[in-house]
Parts: sequence; C-alpha cells; structure tokens
Amino acid sequence: MQLTDEKLELAVGRTLQTGVLLAAVVVLIGGVMFLIHAPAGPRPDYSHFHGVAAHLRTPTGIWHGILRGDAESVIQLGLLLLIATPVVRVILAGVGFLMERDQLYAWVSVMVLAVLLYSLWHIQ
Amino acid sequence: MSSAEFSGILFFSSVLAGLLGALTGLGGGVVIVPLLTLVFHVDIRYAIGASLVSVIATSSGAAAAYVREGFSNIRIGMFLEIATTLGAVFGAYLTTRVPTEAIGIVFGLVLLYSAVASYKGKHSNEGLLTTSGLAGMLRLRGSFPCEGKEVEYVAQRVPAGFGLMFSAGTLSGLLGIGSGAVKVLAMDQAMGLPFKVSTTTSNFMIGVTAAASAGIYLSRGYISPGLSMPVMLGVLAGSLTGAKILVHANVKTLRTVFAVVIVVMGIEMIINSVMGKL
Repeated sequence: MQLTDEKLELAVGRTLQTGVLLAAVVVLIGGVMFLIHAPAGPRPDYSHFHGVAAHLRTPTGIWHGILRGDAESVIQLGLLLLIATPVVRVILAGVGFLMERDQLYAWVSVMVLAVLLYSLWHIQ
Repeated sequence: MSSAEFSGILFFSSVLAGLLGALTGLGGGVVIVPLLTLVFHVDIRYAIGASLVSVIATSSGAAAAYVREGFSNIRIGMFLEIATTLGAVFGAYLTTRVPTEAIGIVFGLVLLYSAVASYKGKHSNEGLLTTSGLAGMLRLRGSFPCEGKEVEYVAQRVPAGFGLMFSAGTLSGLLGIGSGAVKVLAMDQAMGLPFKVSTTTSNFMIGVTAAASAGIYLSRGYISPGLSMPVMLGVLAGSLTGAKILVHANVKTLRTVFAVVIVVMGIEMIINSVMGKL
C-alpha cells in the first residue's frame, strides 16, 4: 500500500507542477500584453480599494474579455488555472483512494472537494 | 512611476521574497503583504489577494519535490484539510467584514509569531506510537525514512490538532498567507508527529487551503491582475530557485537576518494599523 501511495503522490505532484507551469505561462503572456498596452503616465493607484472591474471577477466575464483581447483577462485566466491546480490534486487523490479501495479516505476527499467547490461557486 | 517600472520593481522584490522564504523555511508569502502595504502603499485587500495567489503557486509548484522525499503523509494531510478549508472559507468571509486596521494588527502578530516559532522548541524526528480511538479509526499513522531506518509514528491528540488546523485555515483566509507556522505547530507540537513529516505535509496542504478562499477573494474583486502578475511570477521563480540551492547553502545567518526583517515588519504593521495609516 505504501508503494502505491508513493506512486500516486508522485503522479499528483507532477500534475500540479505542470498545472502551475501552464498557469505561469498564461500569466506571463497576459503580462507582456498588459505592459505593451499600458498607457503612458503613472501606474494605477492601488492605495484605495474599489475592487477590480466586474468582468475580472467571473469566468464568463474573463472569457469575454479574452475574446476582446483584454490583457488583464488573460492574466486572470492564468490565475484561474492556478486556483484550479489544488482542486485537481484533491480529485486525483480521491480517485487514487478509490483505486486502493480505501472508502473512508475517498469520502474524506469528497468532503474537502465539497468545501472547495462551495468557495468556487461564488465566482459564478 | 509607470506601470512597467512598477511591475519590474514588484517582480524583483517578489523574487527576493520567494528566495528568502524558501531558503529559511519561513515561506515567501508572509512578507508579500507587508512589502506591498508598507513599501508600495497598496491597500491591504489587494495585497492579500496577490499574496494568496503566490502562496498557491509556491505550494503546488514544489509539491513533486516534497513527495519525492517521501516524508509527507497524504492521509493525515487530507483529513486535516477538512479543517483548514472550512477555516479558510470562514477567514475569507471575515476579511470582507472586519475593518482593515484589525486585519493589519492580526497580521503583525502572526509575523512576530512566525519569527519566534522558527527558533523555539525542540523539533523531534522521533515517532510516538500510542494509538487513541480516533487516530486508530482514521488510520492516522505512517512511517518515513530517517538515517537509514524506517521510523513509525501515530498521530496523538487528534481533536486538538484538528482545532488548531481550523485556526490555521482561518488565518490563511483572513490574511492571504499559507500560515505554515501554525500548521506545523498543530502537527509537530499538538499531534506529536515527527518534524520532517509535519513540515512537508504542511507544505502540501497550503495550496488546497489557499484555494478554498481564492474563489471568495476573486468574486469580491481582491485579485488584481496588474498586481498579482509580477508578484506571482516573482515569488514562484524565487522559491523554486531557493529550493534548488537549499541543499548547498548555510542558512543560519540568513535565517537570523530574515527573522529580524519579519519582526520589524510585524511591529511596523501593528503601529501603522493602530495609527490608521494602513
């Protein structure tokens, strides 16, 4: 059982690394676009909180932004991919427990996943 | 300062934060918020958003390396993640309701604690074998290689560890940090797990915990792409480089310097919060 655990963990770890790398590349592409299109003059003021523009807060808004060629939306897509990597880890671990016929920990994974999905449900 | 200059300075500061965080084991995320608020006068809510994103990147990016060492315990981690994710959701809600001055003061105290925790206490790599009902039922046990032999261990005081993990999650969601110091406290001190198992399992849990508050942050507009982009890329690059050179470096002096920096930042965050300047 220990060996299977280790193999499973390693596979999960590699998946996570790939996910982070992909997210970083998307953020970098968005960042280059952002800096090319950045208006001349002083940087945006972050010292007062207004919250970012509404279209940068939902997956649909971000998607429409990307179709318009909006650089900030591309960065936000990368960040969404990043937020998804731990969720994928929990799903993969749960599947792994099922394959090991460890029902107890498959249910533990489902509980963690439920909390994560509850939080992500906010960004609909 | 133009957007390009600002992004450049933020990127290099974040590389440094990630590098120092990985080398000293204190984590880069813990200095991002004070850096952004104290040095660059960014509102603490934007700072927390950018910090949380970089915490997820570091944790997921280093996951494979920790697994390869064979110390982390996936079952203990997953079980405790029920507590940390619930705490993180609670913490993220608190962030939207608590005044920013209070967040700043709590942040300062956590910084002071993190610096002290890196020094105090004896860290044992021995395993305890007393099995209580809960630890037996949930199979919260394992073994890890230490100096050529397998050391076996069983989790102690499970309810206390679970409760502390909820607090760690709450702090993570409230402050946008990994709160690794509190997670290690729960596993190493409360549950009596070997130190190496505690630190690696904690690193593995940080990303999942942070993801639980990220959805709420995003929907509230805390995650600013212009700020998060240089911070996330910088911290990720810095921490991955730091993890690679860690084996060759003598980090004792560096650790002291970084701990002092964190203490100064902690005090400054508390003073600025009390005076309403944050």
